[in-house]
Amino acid sequence: MSARTAFAQWLHHAADSDIWWSFKSSTTTVVAAAVTFLIIAMAFLAPVIAPHTPFDPGTLSLSDGLKPPVLISSDGDWSFPLGTDDQGRDVLSSIMYGTRLSLIVGFASVIVAMVLGIGLGLISGYFGGTTDAVIMRIADVQLTFPAILVALLIDGLVRGLISSDRHDEIATFVIIGAIGLSFWVQYARTVRGSVLVEKNKEYVQAARVIGLSPAVIMVRHVLPNVTGPVLVIATINLGLAIITEATLSFLGVGLPSTQPSLGTLIRLGNELLQSGEWWITVFPGITLALLVLAVNLLGDWLRDALNPKLR
Amino acid sequence: MAASGKSALNKAPLLEVKNLRVEFPTRRGTLLAVDDVSFEIAAGEVLGVVGESGAGKSLTGNAIIGLLEPPGRVAGGEIRLEGRRIDNLPYEEMRKVRGAQIGAIFQDPLTSLNPLYSVGRQLIETIQTHLPLSAGQARQRAIDLLKEVGIPGAEQRIDHYPHQFSGGMRQRVVIALALCAGPKLIVADEPTTALDVSIQAQVIALLKRLCREHGTAVMLVTHDMGVIAETADRVAVMYAGRVAEIGPVRDVIKQARHPYTEGLMGSIPSLGHRSERLAQIDGAMPRLTEIPRGCAFNPRCGHRGQRCLVERPDLMPAGSSRAACWLHDPRGVGAAAVGELADA
Amino acid sequence: MQIEGLKRHFDVSPPWLVRMLERRDRQIVQAVDGIDIAIAKGETFSLVGESGCGKSTVARLVVGLYTPTAGRIAFDGNDMGKRRGRAQTSALRRRLQMIFQDPYASLNPRWRVFDIIAEPIRAFGLAANKADLEKQVGNLLRQVRLTPADGRKYPHEFSGGQRQRISIARALASRPEFLVCDEPTSALDVSVQAQILNLMMDLQRRFGLTYLFISHNLAVVYHISTRVGVMYLGRLVEQAATDTLFKRPKHPYTRMLLDTIPDLDMTGRQRVPVAGEVPSPINPPSGCSFHPRCPFANERCKLERPQLLPVEGGAVACHAIEEGRIAVEERTYATSR
Repeated sequence: MSARTAFAQWLHHAADSDIWWSFKSSTTTVVAAAVTFLIIAMAFLAPVIAPHTPFDPGTLSLSDGLKPPVLISSDGDWSFPLGTDDQGRDVLSSIMYGTRLSLIVGFASVIVAMVLGIGLGLISGYFGGTTDAVIMRIADVQLTFPAILVALLIDGLVRGLISSDRHDEIATFVIIGAIGLSFWVQYARTVRGSVLVEKNKEYVQAARVIGLSPAVIMVRHVLPNVTGPVLVIATINLGLAIITEATLSFLGVGLPSTQPSLGTLIRLGNELLQSGEWWITVFPGITLALLVLAVNLLGDWLRDALNPKLR
Repeated sequence: MAASGKSALNKAPLLEVKNLRVEFPTRRGTLLAVDDVSFEIAAGEVLGVVGESGAGKSLTGNAIIGLLEPPGRVAGGEIRLEGRRIDNLPYEEMRKVRGAQIGAIFQDPLTSLNPLYSVGRQLIETIQTHLPLSAGQARQRAIDLLKEVGIPGAEQRIDHYPHQFSGGMRQRVVIALALCAGPKLIVADEPTTALDVSIQAQVIALLKRLCREHGTAVMLVTHDMGVIAETADRVAVMYAGRVAEIGPVRDVIKQARHPYTEGLMGSIPSLGHRSERLAQIDGAMPRLTEIPRGCAFNPRCGHRGQRCLVERPDLMPAGSSRAACWLHDPRGVGAAAVGELADA
Repeated sequence: MQIEGLKRHFDVSPPWLVRMLERRDRQIVQAVDGIDIAIAKGETFSLVGESGCGKSTVARLVVGLYTPTAGRIAFDGNDMGKRRGRAQTSALRRRLQMIFQDPYASLNPRWRVFDIIAEPIRAFGLAANKADLEKQVGNLLRQVRLTPADGRKYPHEFSGGQRQRISIARALASRPEFLVCDEPTSALDVSVQAQILNLMMDLQRRFGLTYLFISHNLAVVYHISTRVGVMYLGRLVEQAATDTLFKRPKHPYTRMLLDTIPDLDMTGRQRVPVAGEVPSPINPPSGCSFHPRCPFANERCKLERPQLLPVEGGAVACHAIEEGRIAVEERTYATSR
């Protein structure tokens, strides 16, 4: 069978599947997916389609500062459709680049949390006993702190350990690590719960009778069967991670103003809100809200679509 | 209809099911899960309904008690209880009928009982919903019911919670619950399947006694031919959503008229004789999406003829039973059909 | 296969912290409490009993899913409990496989049938190359009356009976000599049950397999086994050759079980309801654990636990039989339907 027909077959199969059907029949979901796709495309194509490169000091001119958006005021300049900030940076371009950073941090921290959580959850669920008890008590303790507090704590710890100019360089990694570490518990608990159910199923016992090692059984048999709930959490967590990053950046402990994410933009704009330049903070705010809402709606749909009881 | 035991002769049937159809709309088209099913149950009679999983027996039961799970729905035919149509009643009306005139017993006693309330409270609530009794009278009736279904120490046990009863005792409580308002018909769906064999016998003996003493009719839905053989007066054998054969239990078991029933009976291991091989029907019941043309059993049938491939048989007289098989039609099955039978 | 004094206890206590706070003792379930079985090559030994009697635990002990609390399991002279090298353990495991009860849970839903059946072949390194592997899986599928093309499908595309065939094919893939079958037909409809039982008997003749067959269905056991052991609350109460056990049952519990078989032959025999239910294995009754339900129990039965003693064609653990208090009755069954 050639690769082409195999792909065609897969496509046919996918178009016929229940998931696709449930996707198509929900208008909200289709709109949410379209919005998410648009925002992601906009963010990652920023270097190509953005009208300005707002964080290259060479291209900035203070004389362009604080221009209002074109549609609101006749003072607007069509080369800055959403206006500029006090440094003369184009708000639209800032949003594009900022969204890109927010998404990178969001995805990366979800992946960190997932890898950590799935690994610990598998170990905890499969081996049980003391291992399980230790991991789960750590998880319990961490759950008593809000995620944002855990992230603040980790961030503060790193700041205390290294000098502040070095910190700006690695700020992205610190924040990814901080958010990742504060979100692993949910994955670990979910995976552990699924493993406890799956490991007593007879197909796992059949693999044990053959004499496969626990690691092989976990990766080959158990893991593929617990991916459903993990995917749902990951989607919902993506929204949460983006919000957390924005919150941290808004509080000034996240990404520095040299590489601003949506949260940093909102913070920078917030300082100018009192003097009437609302557009600098409101447009990044709207983008953030749209993105998180769309991602969450996708997560909700995925949860329902993957739950056989609701089908 | 042939004589069906004791009481059915000159009385109008208690329950009458005529050409019942149950459909499940799915996105790939509508599945016909129960197709043109008709039968009657007389007062005091036990009708067994047997069939393999997916044959439509439980759906038939659920349609009668008005508890089809959506999107399943009654798409045709009538269900009459004492001459009154009940298949098209509004939900509230049906709820009253279900408590007062039809009792229901399900396979898993745990799902029929609310774990948060004592069994007494559940019994009393049900009794007061359907009968005009004071709290004290209702409690007395609840205790009487528990005694009747053979729960020792009913006076104390009435205040216990479902989890404090064992599986067999729980099923007795469920039976008591079904009996609360003195129903005329009990629909029992696999009432013994979740129980150990020794407990099964107890529950069956109880059902039979109640039926005898109160004249309650029972529709007993099960896949266990043994339970039917001991309990039922008549039996309906279902296959792929249709009744393949219906008749007095003894005749159906000993002189099956439908090749499917014959094969089914042969495949049940018996203690009488031990052979190298059990009789078996090759193949499997078709899925609802792929029911063959003509007789649904034709791909597995050793007697099939050309007619079976194209024309669907309805129930027709066959001895003292009725069977949906062209073998019992004067014109027969037609010329022998060629082609391989379904593989095992 | 030789099983001696096999015991397996399960700790069902609440967690340590809860136990300390509530001052409760550990709770131990004696799921299997000392049983001896010898199974000869080529025979089918069946274990019957009600749910919770420990028969499934025995099955899992034999294939090594559980480790025994006490006792010894020896297969072809090799003590299964002894530590040995990886290669030797693997070689023993290859010869001992299992068929599970639930055809819906015993196949990994995300794997294609081909990979499911190929897994043991790969794990034990029994195929020389890919073509050989494909040939072997194809043959296995044919042996269980499926087609090699079925290997490309996923388990959910098959009916319950077909899945059980796939499960059997997987168990046969490592060319085992001994198969443990844990209620292989109890989740199936009767007409399919007959197909599977016939298939199992055919395969046994063809490959000289030895079966340990676990079931609660006496009629099925009657057809498939050469010898039968009856379990009650973790202990073997009677064992005998199949014909002896069914024609001349001795232990009151065995008789009770036989009484509960539905009378399909319409001989007019009434099923005798037996009072009471199986007690909790956490606190089994003293003496003979069957005494609270036994119509023949006396003082001795309440105090002293009976030992499994040899009688004609088998062994029974019952004081009443040992003392000759109850007579052995002959049972006949209708021979045709």
